[in-house]
Amino acid sequence: MSYNDWEAVIGLEIHAQLLTASKIFSSDSAHFGGADNEHTHPVSLGMPGTLPVLNELAVEYSAKTGLALNCKIRKKSVFARKNYFYPDLPKGYQISQYDEPLCEAGFVDYFLDGEIRRVGITRAHMEEDAGKSVHQGGFTLINLNRAGVPLLEIVSEPDMKTPQEAAEYARTVRKILRYLNVCDGNLEEGSMRCDCNVSVRKKGEKKFGTKVELKNINSFRFVEKAIEYEIHRQIDCLETGEKIQQETRLYDPTKNRTVTMRLKEEAHDYRYFPDPDLLPLVVDDAWLAKLKSSLPELPLARAQRFQTEYQVPAYDSFVLTTEKAQADFFEEVAHLSKNPKAASNWIMTDLLRDLNDAKLEIEKSPVAAADLAQLILLIDSKEISGKMAKDVFAEMFKTSKGPQEIVKSKGMSQITDSSAIEKLVDEVLAANANSVNDYRAGKTKLFGFFVGQVMKASKGQANPESVNQILQAKLKG
Amino acid sequence: MEILTMSLKNLRDRIHRRELSAAEATTQFLTQIEKWNPRLNAYITVNERALDQARAIDRKLATGEDVGPLAGVPMAIKDMLCTKDLRTTAGSKILADFVPPYSATVVERLENSGAITLGKTNQDEFAMGSSSETSYFGVSRNPWDLDRVPGGSSGGSAAAVAGGLACASIGTDTGGSIRQPASFCGVVGIKPTYGRVSRYGIVAYASSLDQAGPMTRTVEDSALVLEAIAGRDPRDSTTAAQPVPTWSQNINKDLKGLKVGLPKEYFLDLLTPETRSAVDKAIAQVRAAGAETVEVSLPLTDIAVSIYYLVATSEASSNLARYDGVRYGHRADFSTEPARDLAEFYCRTRGEGFGSEVKRRIILGTYALSSGYYDAYYKKACQVRRLLRAQFLEVFSKCQVILGPVCIAPAFKIGERISDPLAMYLNDIFTTSANLVGIPGMSVPGGFSAQGLPIGVQLLSAHFQEQHLFNVGAVIEEAMAIKELPNVLQ
Repeated sequence: MSYNDWEAVIGLEIHAQLLTASKIFSSDSAHFGGADNEHTHPVSLGMPGTLPVLNELAVEYSAKTGLALNCKIRKKSVFARKNYFYPDLPKGYQISQYDEPLCEAGFVDYFLDGEIRRVGITRAHMEEDAGKSVHQGGFTLINLNRAGVPLLEIVSEPDMKTPQEAAEYARTVRKILRYLNVCDGNLEEGSMRCDCNVSVRKKGEKKFGTKVELKNINSFRFVEKAIEYEIHRQIDCLETGEKIQQETRLYDPTKNRTVTMRLKEEAHDYRYFPDPDLLPLVVDDAWLAKLKSSLPELPLARAQRFQTEYQVPAYDSFVLTTEKAQADFFEEVAHLSKNPKAASNWIMTDLLRDLNDAKLEIEKSPVAAADLAQLILLIDSKEISGKMAKDVFAEMFKTSKGPQEIVKSKGMSQITDSSAIEKLVDEVLAANANSVNDYRAGKTKLFGFFVGQVMKASKGQANPESVNQILQAKLKG
Repeated sequence: MEILTMSLKNLRDRIHRRELSAAEATTQFLTQIEKWNPRLNAYITVNERALDQARAIDRKLATGEDVGPLAGVPMAIKDMLCTKDLRTTAGSKILADFVPPYSATVVERLENSGAITLGKTNQDEFAMGSSSETSYFGVSRNPWDLDRVPGGSSGGSAAAVAGGLACASIGTDTGGSIRQPASFCGVVGIKPTYGRVSRYGIVAYASSLDQAGPMTRTVEDSALVLEAIAGRDPRDSTTAAQPVPTWSQNINKDLKGLKVGLPKEYFLDLLTPETRSAVDKAIAQVRAAGAETVEVSLPLTDIAVSIYYLVATSEASSNLARYDGVRYGHRADFSTEPARDLAEFYCRTRGEGFGSEVKRRIILGTYALSSGYYDAYYKKACQVRRLLRAQFLEVFSKCQVILGPVCIAPAFKIGERISDPLAMYLNDIFTTSANLVGIPGMSVPGGFSAQGLPIGVQLLSAHFQEQHLFNVGAVIEEAMAIKELPNVLQ
């Protein structure tokens, strides 16, 4: 037997912290950070008699996300209490949604290995986050700033088979959340968390294997690595005749392995029941319709439009639409330069590389979209050559100056005057008489050499097309 | 002595006319508390700032400033309601030293209305009980017979008003906890429609049933207090947007055209003859005032108590989870014997902090919500609750008010039932339905037993129809207004 005889079944539970100013059930600040327990008033602390009041914006963000995930939005959804004791859970229960969640039965399309693939969304429900426990010496310290921050839990169908699919699906969900501006999708800070359910079965088997839940995964790379490790672990277990335990395992990124956190027998009976402090959440059609019409163009649709409207290759279209700001940047350059292909090339090869090296987001790009468009226009109008443009771009990135300013100040404008170029060509041909003879005797490969010499003589400023034409004419002699 | 038995309205008007200062009135009540609270144990905590509050009201009155509709009225607050900077215990060891940094909306509204907070009254622990005997702070006594219970859970609030230790008080009612002690102590008590009064800042027992309400010497006084505390509160999503009428100004004792329903299930052989005759007398009075009585039927009455104990304990098991010793309240002493693990931390803290009735209900509720039992218990109870509601709505299509007993018998002796929880639970047979259905209910004094114990009559009306209760209640109390303090206290 080998790994190839098995297949994995993977489903993800993504927790997205919603970017509301206040918590889901109280007016306490929901911002990340702050001094320990700074954002805690009686409601967040679960003090006697305090009551939850639902944050309307959290509902809006959740419904928006549900719509973007192609979910049905329930007219009536219900908040339930999930009861368990833990020191960072102030009320002894978490308010969540159980059998009547806000969003159900959707799907997400994502792009991998040249094709569009689909993952079903079982549900997306609203809930409150718990606080944070910090174990220090013999003590456990509790910080409740995070307690009550709104979360949307997005539960996928077990539709993925490979670690790559799981990671790409997660990236796509993050992309959508960021397009909607409802979650910043920061896995490291925990504003987006990915729990992965993994099981394996023999190829061709219809029944699911025993599933294991993986937690503590704080990057997309680790989504891939943790799942990959877990698949191999499970197959190794099964091949040696062991049974898979239903359990929750933690991923340890430093050792790249997963370790048991708790077994199923230790799982809680959460005693879910509808929270009597909150009325059922009723969403009216008009509100929903308005929300629907306010949705921005989503990443997949935008990538597909880039392919048809601008003839951008599929792969490039997905890269360009990774972030909304990046796609906006591209469209602005494409429109202003009237050259989408060049816009795409410059962003994909030069801009993203330099931004990445400088660890900058595109919002902070030193090169403005209008300036990049200007640079493309200078090339297209032959005022500078492509080669010169690379230097101009580097200067733009360094100084944030406009391309014309740089070209002017460095005297870099292209020589298009044909008499000037003819003069340069004549000089080069005169200085390389032997090579001219060789060329005329049939060594046509030497053409490139002459072009190089002329460009060098012009300090790169000669228009390469004119150089070509004039050289060809003169060499024919 | 006159001040101690004066109606809230009279007292308020005299203070407003400056015939009597709020400080003077407050002092009289504080003196009565000093004298009688050691025997009655109606208060757990007396507010040391009460007199300062009263003087502040007097100063406002002197300068002609706007004072609220309850200005200068010395009131007692059940210890379920959080009072900023004033200890709030819910009758439990686990909150014995808890001083809230906020006040319940009801308390805020009373203070904005000018009421004086005399102190916090005794109660069954977390309002779980019908006798006030489960309080960590000892039982309260009935001012009409010190060997008897004042009822519960709002026993201290009822005893305080009956004994002249407060002009009026606030109780909470989850299954009869205002009406039953009102009946036992001979005061008027009203449980408003669910959603009338904000629950914000009131220690939760069973969230879908809990309502706070007034306990007063007269029906009109109850209307005045309810007007001050009722109404939508943005901090409690379950409060209703319904406008709050000025019930006190619309009390109409002419009951012509009113239909009063008498559920046959409420006139059981179980009733003591004296209870029966008090109710019969009330029936005669409402007829004399022009109302027509009709027999109605509420066949689910006998199982309402079972439904109540499933719903209430289920919610309570969750509501009381927050008392874990982590952030506030009692924490077991781990200095000599540290907890081995988290479970032991919780077990020792909660084991010490809660009394046995509270533990019993937490265990019952946890069981009813557990997977495998949820459908048979909690879910089934919710279904029957809906049927019960439908039954009441049906009855209210035939009459506007239901009249019947509050309890089977007058106040029982301290210790008589505490060891028999089922007998204690049966006490609630006539009162729990109002909470399960969400309708308002009132207990109004209807007579005395041969032993001199008060007997209350219960009135129920449809959702938000409290005016009917005030009208009919005013008719019944006319013949029965208790003008004196109980003999024991004179």
